[in-house]
Amino acid sequence: MIPELGQLSLILSLCLALLLGIVPMIGSYTGHRNWQALAKPLAAGQFVFMSMAFLVMAQAFATDDFSVAYVANHSNSQLPLAFKLSAIWGGHEGSLLLWAYMLVGWTLAVAVFSGNLPRIMLARVLSIMGLVSTGFQLFMLLTSNPFTRLLPYPPADGGDLNPLLQDIGLIIHPPTLYMGYVGFSVAFAFAIAALLGGRLDAAWARWSRPWTIVAWIFLTMGIVIGSWWAYYELGWGGWWFWDPVENASFMPWLMGTALIHSLAVSEKRGIFKSWTVLLAISAFSLSLLGTFLVRSGVLTSVHAFASDPARGAFILAFLIVVVGSSLLIFAMRAPAVRSGSGFSLFSLETFLLVNNVLLVTTCAMVLLGTLYPLLIDALGMGKISVGPPFFNTSFVPLALLMALTLGAGVTARWKTGAGQYLLQQLKWVAIASVALGLLTTFIAHEGFQIRVAISMTLVFWVVLASGKSILNRCRHKSSLWVGLKAVPSAVWGMHTAHIGLAVAIVGVLMTSMYGVERDLRMEPGDSVELAGYTFRFDGVRPQQGPNYLSDYGTLLVTEEGRQVATLHPEKRMYNVQGSVMTEAGIDAGLTRDLYVALGENVGGDAWAVRIQVKSFVRWIWLGGILMSLGGCMAVLDRRYRMRVHARKTEMTDAVGAAARV
Amino acid sequence: MRRVLLLLPLILLLAMGVLFYRGLSLDDEVPSALVSRPFPAFELPSLTDPDRKLTQDMLKGEISLVNVWGTWCPTCYTEHGYLMELQNRGVVIFGMNYKDDTDKARQWIAELDNPYKEIFVDDGPMGIELGVRGAPETFLVDAQGVIRYKHEGDMNERIWQEKFVPLIEKIEIEQIRSGGQ
Repeated sequence: MIPELGQLSLILSLCLALLLGIVPMIGSYTGHRNWQALAKPLAAGQFVFMSMAFLVMAQAFATDDFSVAYVANHSNSQLPLAFKLSAIWGGHEGSLLLWAYMLVGWTLAVAVFSGNLPRIMLARVLSIMGLVSTGFQLFMLLTSNPFTRLLPYPPADGGDLNPLLQDIGLIIHPPTLYMGYVGFSVAFAFAIAALLGGRLDAAWARWSRPWTIVAWIFLTMGIVIGSWWAYYELGWGGWWFWDPVENASFMPWLMGTALIHSLAVSEKRGIFKSWTVLLAISAFSLSLLGTFLVRSGVLTSVHAFASDPARGAFILAFLIVVVGSSLLIFAMRAPAVRSGSGFSLFSLETFLLVNNVLLVTTCAMVLLGTLYPLLIDALGMGKISVGPPFFNTSFVPLALLMALTLGAGVTARWKTGAGQYLLQQLKWVAIASVALGLLTTFIAHEGFQIRVAISMTLVFWVVLASGKSILNRCRHKSSLWVGLKAVPSAVWGMHTAHIGLAVAIVGVLMTSMYGVERDLRMEPGDSVELAGYTFRFDGVRPQQGPNYLSDYGTLLVTEEGRQVATLHPEKRMYNVQGSVMTEAGIDAGLTRDLYVALGENVGGDAWAVRIQVKSFVRWIWLGGILMSLGGCMAVLDRRYRMRVHARKTEMTDAVGAAARV
Repeated sequence: MRRVLLLLPLILLLAMGVLFYRGLSLDDEVPSALVSRPFPAFELPSLTDPDRKLTQDMLKGEISLVNVWGTWCPTCYTEHGYLMELQNRGVVIFGMNYKDDTDKARQWIAELDNPYKEIFVDDGPMGIELGVRGAPETFLVDAQGVIRYKHEGDMNERIWQEKFVPLIEKIEIEQIRSGGQ
């Protein structure tokens, strides 16, 4: 009975979404105020019913209701409760439910937090989100109903969640990532609403900015968590594979990053507006493309859900309708006239333009690499696969060019900009960066390496230029401290995110250049030395987990006779699916990770063991965290908080006034 | 004129749409192009013993699987345990190590165990012959060395039971009949 209530909620939510997509939109053209005003209650109602559907699903998982096909396929009575609940998004139908729920959540958030938007604009934004939501809920009900029952003979127990996914990483990775994907729908809705109203102005850019940044923060964290999860869960120390689905999350991120920068120009200088709108459409379109790629079976990937041609066809049609109609609106309504205000060659506008070109080029490169096998195949020119070498060789130079532009960009000023000024500002920064870059490669024990020298120079370039830019702001203040305190939080955020990029580059560079690994056969008592650490193998013993049996290894790590860590790599045999998973034993550190994975038993007490010392690997994720942190600081800036505050006072005034009457 | 330029993204999208639509239908077309053809001829080094050359002749004599894999492929890692399981059940599996670092591949085998009867190493040409779109892919080859089925993506119990087992039974019946005549 209860699952049917879930399905009913879903249908009601779809009806409300459809109303939301139609009524306020028509109202915005006919001028019916109460039609426009319906947007908010409809968004709220949609959220209520979607929440009910989601809760029903959670209840079915928590109580092991295996009469629901989706629960039977993805959960098991032995599974710990936390994994039962996270199994909600462990498969296609449930993750779609989560996706739709989040979209509805974002819609509600826009309804609640956009009190200062003009009524018509708000009605259109919510209406557009309602249309997108309608598409997703239709998709769910027509092709992927999560509440389908296995009646009258439900299985006695479930098929269990893929062991790869029974991990804290899975509990948080997909929701975070989806929050980012879906969050771009807000920027998208703002862009389309602005196009429809013919109001591509600074106000539109200012409204879009915080929403875009919040979505971008989630997406950044989602990617970081995914990479970290792959690192410790897949068991061979890789952290990025250029897998099609990883690419599908990376492309919206690149576009979103470009969008954040482009929105800044549109807000401050009123230019690049058509470009910004196009980026907003692209970022969300690429999120939709990601959904299509994962769920249609067009590309094979570790992430791929069980594919079904009907689903693929539906998403493809949906994708073409949503993106096609927005691009058509774009072609008809975007300002075709070049904006009047010019800017000079060394101005901030130029550097942001270069930044955008680089980010979009990178995105196009990733898109090409991801779709190339499909393209060649469709043209009947044979079959190929594109591997990491293609992506690495094209990505690295682009990323380094971005770092180069970044240093100059944070120093340059709006509109006017003389090469002379930049030279004078950055002369010492450049000299110091090259000196420090060269110094790093000589300190590192393997002698001079040109790749390290260039990359580290650019890393120092970004950090020093950012530092210099902050100091410049403090120059005319009475003391450094007073100056630093006066720097707005948004500016701190920007620099934090930029330094995050530098930190991530250090991580990628050092891990690939100085990481070492050994594979060997070890018997209890055997020792091996690697990068100054001694690893002693203390054997493997069996251990019983909640729903698996584990071979639990122990390695003692010492450095110059001093104990550094005890590592416990494991091999887990999951009872229900009979699959074996490796859990790496990791000792994390700021400058290195000690990483041990257990292979097979190779006779007697001897085991195959893979030992890795991964230099600075944490910095990759630390960089991502700094970027997200920077985003948070930008969103929490006073100018956004003041608006909320102003609205609150307005509201209390209104309530007060109402009370007096 | 600039208005026309603004139409460019839409045109790009439509072109991509056509591509994806083709992509959706391709899945069915790919195997049909190869099914019922003899496994393409090759002479490639063995992974475990690079001096020894392996050829398509080793596939003849009994029903076998040819699994395309690489250490760079996360899904291969996921399916590895299941391949071991199949080997334990007596299924003959040949491996094609595809576009890989052979040292890493040998480590992988040493570490994760070897489900393959033989492994041959290919840097790309064979992959094109076979229409490999991405690892892992698994071919079902009959006792005459003719490809009977191709599966893209990981092997698991469901795929095995639904796709492979019925076909293998059919091939076995065919063989008994042709042997009897």
